Amino acid sequence: MPWVLKGISDGILTSKYPRKSDGYGETWRGSIKISPNNLGLDLSHVAKSCPTNAINIEQTHPQVDLGLCILCGNCIDLCGDIFSFQPDFESAKLDRDLLVVPETVEDRERLRAVRAALYLRVRTLRRSIAIRHVDCGSDGSEEWEISALTNPIYDVQRLGITFTASPRHADILLVTGSGSTGMIDSLKETYLQMPHPKAVIAVGTDAISGGMHRNSASTAKNGVDGLIPVDVYVPGSPPSPFGILYAILLAVGTISNRGKPC
Amino acid sequence: MATSIQSSTVAADRFVNAVESDLRREGRLGALFAVPFQGGTRLSAILSSFGAFKIISCNIEPGHGTYPALSAITPAANWYERQIFDLHGLMPANYQSLDPLVIRKGLESDPTYKPDEDLSERRPDLSEPSVEGEGLFKIPLGPVRSGIFESIEYVIETPGEEILHVEPRPFYKHRGIENNFSGRSFGEGALLAERVEGVSSVAHAIAYCQAIEQLSDSEISPQAQLVRVIHAELERIANHLESMVRHCEAAAQAVAFARFSFYKEQIMRLRADICGHRFSRGVVSPGGVTIPTTLDLNAVSKRISKLEADIDSSVNLLMKTASFLDRLRGTGVITTKQSRLFGTLGPVARGSGLLEDTRSSHPYSAYRHLGFVPVRETSDGDALARQNVRIDEIAGSFHLLKQALDGLGDLKTPGDEWRIKLNIRDGESLGWAEASQGEVLYLVIVDSGRLKTVRQRSASFHNMSVFSSAFPKDITTDFAFIEASFGLSVAGVSG
Ligand code: SF4
Repeated sequence: MPWVLKGISDGILTSKYPRKSDGYGETWRGSIKISPNNLGLDLSHVAKSCPTNAINIEQTHPQVDLGLCILCGNCIDLCGDIFSFQPDFESAKLDRDLLVVPETVEDRERLRAVRAALYLRVRTLRRSIAIRHVDCGSDGSEEWEISALTNPIYDVQRLGITFTASPRHADILLVTGSGSTGMIDSLKETYLQMPHPKAVIAVGTDAISGGMHRNSASTAKNGVDGLIPVDVYVPGSPPSPFGILYAILLAVGTISNRGKPC
Repeated sequence: MATSIQSSTVAADRFVNAVESDLRREGRLGALFAVPFQGGTRLSAILSSFGAFKIISCNIEPGHGTYPALSAITPAANWYERQIFDLHGLMPANYQSLDPLVIRKGLESDPTYKPDEDLSERRPDLSEPSVEGEGLFKIPLGPVRSGIFESIEYVIETPGEEILHVEPRPFYKHRGIENNFSGRSFGEGALLAERVEGVSSVAHAIAYCQAIEQLSDSEISPQAQLVRVIHAELERIANHLESMVRHCEAAAQAVAFARFSFYKEQIMRLRADICGHRFSRGVVSPGGVTIPTTLDLNAVSKRISKLEADIDSSVNLLMKTASFLDRLRGTGVITTKQSRLFGTLGPVARGSGLLEDTRSSHPYSAYRHLGFVPVRETSDGDALARQNVRIDEIAGSFHLLKQALDGLGDLKTPGDEWRIKLNIRDGESLGWAEASQGEVLYLVIVDSGRLKTVRQRSASFHNMSVFSSAFPKDITTDFAFIEASFGLSVAGVSG
């Protein structure tokens, strides 16, 4: 009995996201923004200080690959005029190349095509979504953020999202980790056991590109990308629960990439 | 640094004796590290006694594939010897067990793996049963487990219900983390340390940074020390709450599960609000901390007081729920004797009567001045004892947090330095910190202004080696409780 009272004593804690924006999600350090006033600046020292070589200064304008960036803030420390954190948790993308910012016009064109193809494939999924998670060499933090989705604040069950133990019942595969050699077989097997249609989400910078473990001989070359086909890329080291939730909704097409429900 | 470290090198044939005589004087084996040295290998045993660490090393000549086994004198060495065999191909003479631990047999793509035909063949076969008898099953649990877990396989040997033996196989998610440090800058090293065991990012970063800072002669500023304490204690509370959440999940206590996961989320949000990152990454850096962007001491104090009261009332309720306590009482016992033998760490040690906590036994940084609240003495050694330790530690962390916040309020003057410039000399150094899982150790070797070799040992690695000792009296449905009560991170075990 005391537990029942405890359960109702705080009223409703649950976020209204995605129906309404959630104030907290928007204070999150989510991606890197590059100021356009950067022509002719020598940023080589900044590029060199990036622990994952995420900054490309070979082009006319510098670019940051959010699939590599671990949001450490080195570039901002060194050159705060050009680089800044962007409070943006809806940073997941449907294409690996689209993680390179700033995005170009061609990027947007391509996105439209990728999205249409994905949604055609997963259109039978939209009502209830069963998720299977596989850790492929994470540092353990991504698992916390995925588990957080079941706490009363995110409470993803309200959106028809459940976690399942069996890959045979799963619609979406959440993969974390930099692709440790020891897990590759198990990952592929889980993927193969899932019925069609299915979507794969690479959760976190490690899964997208290997992050800081990219050059380790004990992990795959590009995280889990390439080991199995990835549909959605969620950057972050680790991404926040909102970021992961956004990616799940993006994968099943219940949200547009502008963050508004569709 | 207040605590001095004695370091000595002995001849290889004296190694076991030297370590043994130290262990006899109430010491424990903290870690055994292998470091490349002049073409051969240097083995360093980290020994700990109250108030001091000691390093005893010996050099193994190149081409000399074996070394004197420490597992002959302490079971705590066994996992280190297996790890060293996996990573360096060095074989202990008269070893006890060399089952693959961090690298799966046959993963030759790992350059740290030196396939040596003779050695591999002499390795005991994986399928060899460690317990023999009729009607025994081996149930593999993992590596892909049901639920949101890190990948690890537990091979459970059981005649049906009772668990006779559990063999953890953490090698699935080995990432080769230690090699990854070599050649990096000091700043990058801290970022990588944060990713060794992601749920204890702060403790790892502190242990690593303290090793680096010891190689310069400067001490970081008092306010940087306090900011480190704030993040370390918030991290501890989050981890302990995670352990509670796992307990409640296993016991199907739905409301308690919701409550504790809600509190944990509040702690994570508080961390993000004061530094921009839910795991406090990027805060601790060699020389101090990065400049806090937002740190409204009053607002933080208020939120902390509210959380403390909320958590306390839910804990009181949970610890009066008989059906919950029944699951923990007498479950997964680690006796004081076993604990001492293995030199266990963290809540596992403290739940079985050892008062090992580096914050008080080897105090560092601001912990030297802050009032430290020790946990109540308990030597039951079961899951309930470990849970009680965590409850006390949460209260202790709140106490430290308030003190650190007060201290910062008194100190903060404009222009103060959050991060000082370090002059780091070449050499070898040891750093440590208390994570929620227990003591974290970093052995750092600097050469020509860069990281040459880094060896780390998480408490999860050390404690996982006694995990199987917790079972003989338990049944399969106790497994989830025992696992939750150990509260280990697989990433920290696999490396
Ligand atoms: S914040 Fe990202 S882009 Fe900038 S230095 Fe760090 S990893 Fe590189």
